[in-house]
Amino acid sequence: MKLPTFSSSVLLLGGLAITSCSGGGGDAANEILIGEYGSLTGTTATFGISTKNGIDLAIDEVNAAGGVLGKQLRVIVEDDQGRPEEAQTVVTKLITRDEVVAILGEVASSRTLAAAPVAQSNGIPMITPSSTNPKITEVGDYIFRVCFIDPFQGFVMAKFAATTLKVRNVAILTDVKNDHSVGLTQVFTEEFGKLGGRIVARESYSEGDTDFSAQLTSLRARNPDAIYVPGYYTEVGLLARQARQLGLDVPLLGGDGWDSPRLTEIGGPAMNNSYFSSHYSPQDTSQLVRRFVGQYQERFGEVPDGLAALAYDAAKLLADAIARAGSAEPAAIRDAIAQTKGFVGVTGTISINAQRNADKAATVVRVAGGKLEFVETIRQ
Amino acid sequence: METFLQQVINGISQGSAYALLALGYTMVYGVLRLINFAHGDVYMVGAFAGYYIANNDAVQANLGASWMTAVVVMAGSMAVCAFLGILIERFAYRPGRGNSPYTLAFWLAIVGSSVGRMVGGSTPALLAGAAAGAVLGVGLDRLGIRPARQSSHLTLLIIAIGVSLFLENGGQLAFGADPKFFPEIIPTRRIQLGGLTVDSQRLTVLGVSVVLMVLLTLIINYTKTGKAMRAVSFNLDAAKLMGINTDRIIAFTFALGSALAGAGGILVSLLYPRIDPLMGIMPGLKAFVAAVLGGIGSVPGAMVGGLIIGLAEVMAVGYGQSTYRDATAFVILVLILLLRPSGIMGKRTSEKV
Repeated sequence: MKLPTFSSSVLLLGGLAITSCSGGGGDAANEILIGEYGSLTGTTATFGISTKNGIDLAIDEVNAAGGVLGKQLRVIVEDDQGRPEEAQTVVTKLITRDEVVAILGEVASSRTLAAAPVAQSNGIPMITPSSTNPKITEVGDYIFRVCFIDPFQGFVMAKFAATTLKVRNVAILTDVKNDHSVGLTQVFTEEFGKLGGRIVARESYSEGDTDFSAQLTSLRARNPDAIYVPGYYTEVGLLARQARQLGLDVPLLGGDGWDSPRLTEIGGPAMNNSYFSSHYSPQDTSQLVRRFVGQYQERFGEVPDGLAALAYDAAKLLADAIARAGSAEPAAIRDAIAQTKGFVGVTGTISINAQRNADKAATVVRVAGGKLEFVETIRQ
Repeated sequence: METFLQQVINGISQGSAYALLALGYTMVYGVLRLINFAHGDVYMVGAFAGYYIANNDAVQANLGASWMTAVVVMAGSMAVCAFLGILIERFAYRPGRGNSPYTLAFWLAIVGSSVGRMVGGSTPALLAGAAAGAVLGVGLDRLGIRPARQSSHLTLLIIAIGVSLFLENGGQLAFGADPKFFPEIIPTRRIQLGGLTVDSQRLTVLGVSVVLMVLLTLIINYTKTGKAMRAVSFNLDAAKLMGINTDRIIAFTFALGSALAGAGGILVSLLYPRIDPLMGIMPGLKAFVAAVLGGIGSVPGAMVGGLIIGLAEVMAVGYGQSTYRDATAFVILVLILLLRPSGIMGKRTSEKV
C-alpha cells in the first residue's frame, strides 16, 4: 500500500516539474507570449476583470485575423489580489519564469508603480491601460500608457464643476492611501482655485474603510455645493449612501476610479446626480465604439466600462506595435510603441508623446438611475 | 454644536456595535478566564449568514423587503452563530480543559475531507477522507494523547488564535475572498430633529442593541441558568461541587455570546453593507479593547467600554485625522493598561500564586 502511493507522488512531482519548465518561453515557433497582471479578486476586483475582458476581446480579434508576424498571441494572466507587493511578485514571475515579451497592466496606480520598476530593469515594455498617476511613466523608457494622466483628469473635473455645474464651494474627500486619489486632489485644488472656485473643506479616508459618517458630518457643517471624491467605486458607493443618510444631497464628483458596474449596485439611488471624468462613453455613436460595445455585450453580458475599453485599446496598440516592429524582441517592441502616432482606438485617437503618455480627450459622465449618461467631452 | 451632536449620534451607533461584540468577550472571560480571539470571526460568520438568508430565494419570494425579512435574517444569523459558538467550544476549547475523546477525530476528519477532495475530487473521496481522519483521531487519542490532555491557559489562548485563523481562511474558501454587498433589508428613512439627522438604520441598530443588552441582563440576573453562569464565573470548581453542570453552562455562555456577535454582524452590515471574510479582525480587536476598558468580566462594563471606543473613534476622525481611526482604540488600550488595568467597572483582583 505504501510503495505505490510513494511512487505515484514522485511521478506527480516530476510531472509538475515538467509542466513548469515548459511554461517558459512558449512555443517559440508560432506563439508570442504577453503577460497581464491585475486585481481579479479583492476590493477592486471589477478593475481586473473588466481589463481582462477587454484584453481577451482584442487578442482574440487579432488572432482570428491571422495573428501578428504570422504567430498567434497568447496572454498569461496573473492575479495580484489588489495588493502592490503582490503585483511586484507576479510581474517578476511573468518576466523571469514565463519569459513574456511585453506586459499589460495594472489599473490602480499604486500597483503599477510597484511593478513598473521590475519591467524597466528587465527591459520588458509595459503598457498600463488605465493608471493615471503621472509618476508611472517617469519610472523609465519602457513604461507607457494609453490613458490620460491625473493632472488632465483633475483639470477636466475642475473645469466641469466651475463652468458646466457652476458651483463655487466644493469639499474634497481623499483616499489618503491611494496615490491616484492624492494626485487628483492636488490638481483639482489648484485648477479649481484658478477658475475662481473655493475648497471649503478637506477630509480623508483610507481604502477599505466602511464608516465615513464622521468625515461627512464635518463636511456638512461647511455647506458645500458639491463634493469631490476621487476614490475607488467600493468606498464611493458606501460613502454616497451615508452622505444621503446624513442629508447631504449635493452632487458627488469623481474620477475614473468610479468606473465600474458595481458603483451603482453598491451606491444604489444614492449615486444619482453624480458625475465623473471617464475615458470613453458607451453611448458614443462612432462605428468603432458601437462594434466594440456590441461584441463585448454579446460575449460578457454587460456594457463595457471605461477600463475594459482602455484595456482593449492597450492590447490592440501592443499588437499593432509588434507588427510595426517586425520582431518580437522586447527592445524593438518598445521602440515601435514609442513611435505610435494617431492610433484610432475606442477611447479616442491615441498618440504616444515624448513622456510616453497618451495625448487624448476626456469624457464627463453622469450617473442616473443606475446608468451612465454622456455629458460632454473636454479637451486640453 | 450641531455638528458635535451629530458626531455623538454617529459615535453611539458605531459604539453600540462594539458593545455587542465586547459582551461576548467579557462573558466568555467571566466563565473561562479565556480571551476568545475567534469572537470577531464569529461576527463575520453572522454577517455572511445574514447575507445568504436575505438573498435566499424562499425568503425573497415570501417576505420581500419587509420588517419580517429583517427579523428572519436577524434570528437566523443569531441561531447560526450560537450553533457555531457551541461547536467551537465543544471541539476547540473543551479538550483544552479536560475530557473530550472525539475532538482530535473531529479536526482530523476536517483535514481528511479536504485531502480527500484534493486527491479524489469527488464527494465519496471527501467522505472517505473524513472517515479515515476520524478513525485516526480516535486511535491516536486512545494510544497517546489521553494522558497528556489537561493543559494550561496559554494552550487555550493559542487554540483561540488557531480557531480564528481557521474561520478567516475557511471563510475565504467558503464565501470567496471578494467583498459582498449586504442587501438593504430595512428601507432607509431620514428623520430630521432640528439640525440633526438620524436614519432608520442607525435607529434600528441602537434600538436592537439596547433590547439585546436588556435581555442579556435579565437572563444573567433573573434566570436559573444566569445564576449558574454567575456561579461558574465566581468559582468553577465550587460550582461543580454544588451540582452545576459546568460544561453545559460554558457551552451556553458561548452560544449566548456568539448569538450577540451574530446580531452585531447584521447590525453593522445594515450601516456599512460591505462584508468580506476578514471583516471581523479589526472590530474583534476593538471590541476586545472595549471589554478591557470596561473591565473584562463585567457585563455593564463591556457596554460602557463599547460606547466609549465608538465615540472616541468618531471624534478622532471628525476632529482629527481619518488615519488615526484605528490607532484610537489601541492608544486607549495602552492607557487603560497603564492607569487602571482592571478597567472602569472591573474588580481589582490579585493573582494568587
